[in-house]
Amino acid sequence: MKTLLSTLALTTALTLPGLAMARPVTLTTTLNNYGGDGAYLALYVTDASGAYLGSLWMAGGKSKYYEHLTDWHRATGGDTAQINGISGASVGAGRTLEITLDLADALFDAGYSLHIDAAVEDMRDSPNEVAVPLTTDGAGKAVAGRRYVASFAYDM
Amino acid sequence: MIRALHRWPGLLALALITVLSLSGAALSVFPAAERLAAPRAEAGQTVAALATRIKAAYPGLEQIRRAPSGRITAYWFDQGAPGAAVIDPATGRGVASADPNPAERWLTNLHRSLFLGDGGRIAMAAGAAAMLVLALSGAALVARRAGGWRHWFARLRGPLSGRLHVEIARIAVIGLALSSATALWMTASTFDLLPDAGATPAFPADVSGETGVALNDLATLAVTPVAELRALSFPYPGDATDVFKLKTDRGTGYLDQGTGALLSWAAPTGWARVSETIYMLHTGQGAATLGLVLGLMALGVPLMGATGVLIWLAGRRARPRIRANQPAGRADTILLVGSEGGSTWGFAATLHAALTQAGQSVHAAPMSAFAPDRYARAERIIVLAATYGDGDAPASAKGFLDRLAARDRAPGAALAVLGFGDRSFPAFCGFAKAVAAAAEAKGWRALLPLDTVDRQSPQDFARWGRALGNALGIDLNLDHQPVPPATETLTLVSRRDYGAAMQAPTAILRFALPRARPWQRLTGVGFARFNAGDLIGILPEGSAVPRLYSLASARRDGFVEIVVKKQPGGLCSGQLTALERGDTVTAFLRRNPGFRPDRGRAPLILIGAGTGIGPLAGFVRGNARRRPIHLFFGMRHHDSDFLYGEEMPAWQDDGQLARLVTAASRGARRHYVQDALRTEASEVARLIRDGARVMVCGGREMAAGVSDAMAEILAPAGLTPAGLKAEGRYVEDVY
Repeated sequence: MKTLLSTLALTTALTLPGLAMARPVTLTTTLNNYGGDGAYLALYVTDASGAYLGSLWMAGGKSKYYEHLTDWHRATGGDTAQINGISGASVGAGRTLEITLDLADALFDAGYSLHIDAAVEDMRDSPNEVAVPLTTDGAGKAVAGRRYVASFAYDM
Repeated sequence: MIRALHRWPGLLALALITVLSLSGAALSVFPAAERLAAPRAEAGQTVAALATRIKAAYPGLEQIRRAPSGRITAYWFDQGAPGAAVIDPATGRGVASADPNPAERWLTNLHRSLFLGDGGRIAMAAGAAAMLVLALSGAALVARRAGGWRHWFARLRGPLSGRLHVEIARIAVIGLALSSATALWMTASTFDLLPDAGATPAFPADVSGETGVALNDLATLAVTPVAELRALSFPYPGDATDVFKLKTDRGTGYLDQGTGALLSWAAPTGWARVSETIYMLHTGQGAATLGLVLGLMALGVPLMGATGVLIWLAGRRARPRIRANQPAGRADTILLVGSEGGSTWGFAATLHAALTQAGQSVHAAPMSAFAPDRYARAERIIVLAATYGDGDAPASAKGFLDRLAARDRAPGAALAVLGFGDRSFPAFCGFAKAVAAAAEAKGWRALLPLDTVDRQSPQDFARWGRALGNALGIDLNLDHQPVPPATETLTLVSRRDYGAAMQAPTAILRFALPRARPWQRLTGVGFARFNAGDLIGILPEGSAVPRLYSLASARRDGFVEIVVKKQPGGLCSGQLTALERGDTVTAFLRRNPGFRPDRGRAPLILIGAGTGIGPLAGFVRGNARRRPIHLFFGMRHHDSDFLYGEEMPAWQDDGQLARLVTAASRGARRHYVQDALRTEASEVARLIRDGARVMVCGGREMAAGVSDAMAEILAPAGLTPAGLKAEGRYVEDVY
């Protein structure tokens, strides 16, 4: 289990008033057996208009491959400062990535969405693999991704 | 230094390099297979036409990729379900699965990281670095051994493992250097150590906001041939701000999905292009044939690893421990050894033991440790020097000549130099001669004149030992057997006698083939495989020192044959010439690959005198291909000494022997074989100009006489025996 305080990274992007209140949220991403090497995953948040707000986690250490996380790359211009201190290893087929971080209360039930972009060497790039609205009701409800993610859920 | 640089990376990284090369060789097959299997795009097909075709078949098309092999893959969504397939560009429809090949993926991960992530990548990069060091140091060693880069493909001599190692290396080294250097570049690129990131233009902020342009109206796609395509990504359905993204050999750009306009474009940087080329050279993706060649070369690595370890072990075994070695300052005899493979150390150990037993206090050291100021009590300095390549210093003698040259005067202790070498090389004992010449120039007092040992001959060494003993006033008996050979018992089946009338009894002795054990047949050791010109060592009764004779037969002849002349007082020749049918001798085989007809079709000029006819007759007997052989044979008298005289007419009738010229030194007029050559000068010169190869076998004086005659004969053509020797076209086997 990976536990970290990503409030810092998020607050740099979310300098809204009222963000002081935060709670620990566990993000659980389980990949299906797609039959390829470890997947690169970018987890990030957009606002109601679809604009990029900030990154939550980057699974995959080589920045030269980030361009295959197409939407994240388009939104950030590939800026690795966005994922400073919140990155880890790529996730193998059939494996689960579980991260716990403090997310601001204000992100919930306010039109924000959590996105996952995925990419695997010599396989399809899958931007917007997962896109779920952040709501208190949606917590604990698993959703499937388009190609690589068997299930994704956030628990509070 | 270079040798150490070659040995240690080789031994330490052997396992890693073996895994790298075997997996690399296996991987080299995939790009070629992919290239063969991939459906071809028709010539001149544009990206627009291809995309239109695929889009018609798969309306949810998201991306088209083209691999360097020409394989086109499409990715789409059909009612929320992801789809992917290898596309036939002629139809736009899927023809095969786009899933990665599990075997290729497994091999790739083994090859680049041993399944150990970044740590494994670094380990494999270290393996590649070791490979590169091995390739470069190995190339330098091959060049040094051959006597220069010009002689890169020179003929090799010596034990099989060493020859195999170099044979493979001089072909594979270029591929291995390329593969390892490109591997290091790719690792650096993977770890972001190089500024070779692909240039992607900034995502366009201003788009038309419209959607739905027909693929044919995208001007850029309509002028881009499929052959240049790398990837084309389609905009999200329903997202008017999204664009087409096109990646080709020329760069990356964005296209408007409403107007079809090219919004931005970026060409790859020079670094990125270099990295792409290096990726292609390493993986063979986009250069499948090169990939196969590199893979084939990589297969040589395990063989070179195995033979390399054998060479190293043989070198260790051949270098014996010197017992009771005295400190340099207390020894009265200093023994300096210049050895390349270690065999000269064996002779040094024997000499050290014999001198010690005779009451001397002896210090043995490599020539490179030459330090006369430390030899406080030395009365004599004995140098045993091998030669490397074209007269160079062997490994343990580096720097000796420089140190000697740097001194203002020679050491007071008297000097004896013994050279070790192979007389069939042009620069026989070249380094020992250089040492002797440098010593003489310095005015260094000589204990003994320069002497030589040919091909580790125990007789030569024992003879020199007696001379040394005389000079020191002690009885010195040097009995050195380099590697105790595995002997066999040979039984005499027939003998033919000559020369009785000339008081020089000579016999052609024919022995039965010893039965080869299965493992001998498999490995070809001992008498399981031999050719005329190889050597047979006979251990006479009452002596541990073998005598070497040239073989006059090959294994396929079905017998072992030698020609022996009874030497006055000779122990071994006396025993051999006294053999009766059914008697046995103890013998071993020593290969002599330097004295063997090449595989060419050019004429052979064979020159021999006396018992030297043996191997030459063997070559003629084995000349099944009717290669033109011109045999010059010198003897004492036609009536009594015409060895193989009975067979010669039949060989000539069969075409195995094109011409026979004989010379008799006793009789109406004294005529030596070199005189016969001079008589035939124009014919000999013509043959050699046309590429003929010369092989000389016999006594040392005869060989010198032949060499002088040849020098005269060849001078008008601008050729010399030395020049032909350097080309491997003039070989001698003298005794």
